[in-house]
Amino acid sequence: MANIDETTQEVLNKIDEYGFKQEGAFNLRKDGTALCHGDTENIKIVKKEDKSGIDVYISKNAQGEYVHIPVVITSSGLNDEVYNDFHVEAGANVTIVAGCGIHNSGCDDSRHDGIHAFYVGKGATVRYEEKHYGEGPGTGKRILNPVTKIFLEDDAVFILDTAQIGGVDSTKRTTLVELNGKNSKLNVTERLLTHEDQVAESNMDVVLNAESSSAQIVSRSVAKGESKQVFHPNAIGRALCHAHIQCDSIIMDKANVKSIPEIDAEHVDAAIIHEAAIGRINDEQLLKLKTLGLNNEEAENVIIQNFLN
Amino acid sequence: MLKVRDLVFRPIEDGVEKTIIDKVSFDVNDGELLVITGPNGGGKSTLAKILMGIIKEDEGQIIFNDKDITSLDINERAKEGIGFAFQQPPRFKGMTVKRLLTLAAGGSLSEINCCDLLSSVGLCAREYLDREVDGTLSGGEMKRIEIASVLATGHKLCIFDEPEAGIDLWSFSMLVKQFEKLHKNSDQSIIIISHQERIIEMADRIMVIKDGKVQGIGTKDEVYPVLVKGETHACMSEN
Ligand SMILES: Nc1ncnc2c1ncn2[C@@H]1O[C@H](COP(=O)(O)OP(=O)(O)OP(=O)(O)O)[C@@H](O)[C@H]1O
Ligand SMILES: [Mg+2]
Repeated sequence: MANIDETTQEVLNKIDEYGFKQEGAFNLRKDGTALCHGDTENIKIVKKEDKSGIDVYISKNAQGEYVHIPVVITSSGLNDEVYNDFHVEAGANVTIVAGCGIHNSGCDDSRHDGIHAFYVGKGATVRYEEKHYGEGPGTGKRILNPVTKIFLEDDAVFILDTAQIGGVDSTKRTTLVELNGKNSKLNVTERLLTHEDQVAESNMDVVLNAESSSAQIVSRSVAKGESKQVFHPNAIGRALCHAHIQCDSIIMDKANVKSIPEIDAEHVDAAIIHEAAIGRINDEQLLKLKTLGLNNEEAENVIIQNFLN
Repeated sequence: MLKVRDLVFRPIEDGVEKTIIDKVSFDVNDGELLVITGPNGGGKSTLAKILMGIIKEDEGQIIFNDKDITSLDINERAKEGIGFAFQQPPRFKGMTVKRLLTLAAGGSLSEINCCDLLSSVGLCAREYLDREVDGTLSGGEMKRIEIASVLATGHKLCIFDEPEAGIDLWSFSMLVKQFEKLHKNSDQSIIIISHQERIIEMADRIMVIKDGKVQGIGTKDEVYPVLVKGETHACMSEN
């Protein structure tokens, strides 16, 4: 078993809520190289030859299995780019726990760009959980620019659960989902917290190409300090389909939140709804929590935590 | 134990000063149940909110257990032992019933106690523990969770603002029992704002608030004539 140092373990605890263990199917990438990895009978992880990254092959016999593929960066000034491809056989059912944590104690910027592609076969179900987190006393920035591409065949279900839970100075998230198979389903929950002078941008294109495909996208964010957030979700309906996008943001201090929804129906039976709301912390909620004995700051934290839970 | 002296609330609305609470003084004794009643818009909720520190009075003084709490913030008054159930409780996206009640209990609450609490306001615990306190709950459900949040911990004084509003008949009798229990089995003082005869019946004393003033305070027999007169008077003056 590979030795995991204390800083790395602490970051792992933040980004893998199941508790990272060197068991089952896993791949821990640290400072640009794979520190340890393991396969199971049904899940094989193969290092890419032509560029950095892995191919993960998930067989149809994987039923309720987990794959843990965390990324930790602790060396300041590292610029890490990685390509991970997931090949999910028809009928498989897996949970993929990914996430990236940067501990930057130096003065140079640390950056991780994870480019993930998911090819999901007929009737397969994938739950993909991704947590992004930054910490460290250094002045160097912590930058994460994930690209996620998802391709769904007939009856495939993809649950995307992403969270950026603080400490990331700059993030530009690009997501492309193609629902190419009949009855394919996408369910996205995005949670984002920015503070100080952080910036976050999220662009998401969801293309519903197939009959009876559906997408449900829920985005909740909190912007504190002088941070800036921009959301640009775009749902394109090219068949009889359903899509529902809901963006809710709490804005505090001198932050700035921009929501630019786009919905594009190219088929008469495409039903697409977008809802967006940005507002300050609800005063009534604050008052109620204060009557329970919480001070202002505690009350605000409770509201934010629950909103982003 | 609670002494309220000459409270005045006089906000400025559209450049015009409006007196909402007009020199209100009264006491609540240890273990006493005081029911505040009176016509809509009379100032009952405003008065209750001033007691909790949610609204800042313009004049007057509030003494609680010999301590001047007039300048204390809401959470400090909570720490002094005052509990408050809102007339219109707010909804919280993402907050579960269990989490809210746990906060209300002061940070920890066992599942069993949480269930008991919900049952005591007539809610089936299993169905509600993990539900969010959001727009999916009905008005009556919200009210009952609000009451449970005040019952979750011991207080020296509990203030309930129209706890019966929106609650069905069966749950209402349960609620009345809860209040009776709270009143009999503990030395907590209780203020209930209510229009309900059954709650008024329970009171040690009744206070009638109208046009921001105390119209009368005393036992049921003392106050009943004021109440009747007040109502006829209100009807006549509206024509
Ligand atoms: N900040 C304010 N500015 C102006 N008017 C106010 C303010 N707060 C309350 N009022 C007014 O004061 C009056 C009393 O309101 P309050 O909610 O206290 O009445 P209430 O007795 O609780 O009535 P109800 O029985 O309907 O609950 C109302 O006419 C209300 O509109
Ligand atoms: Mg009222």
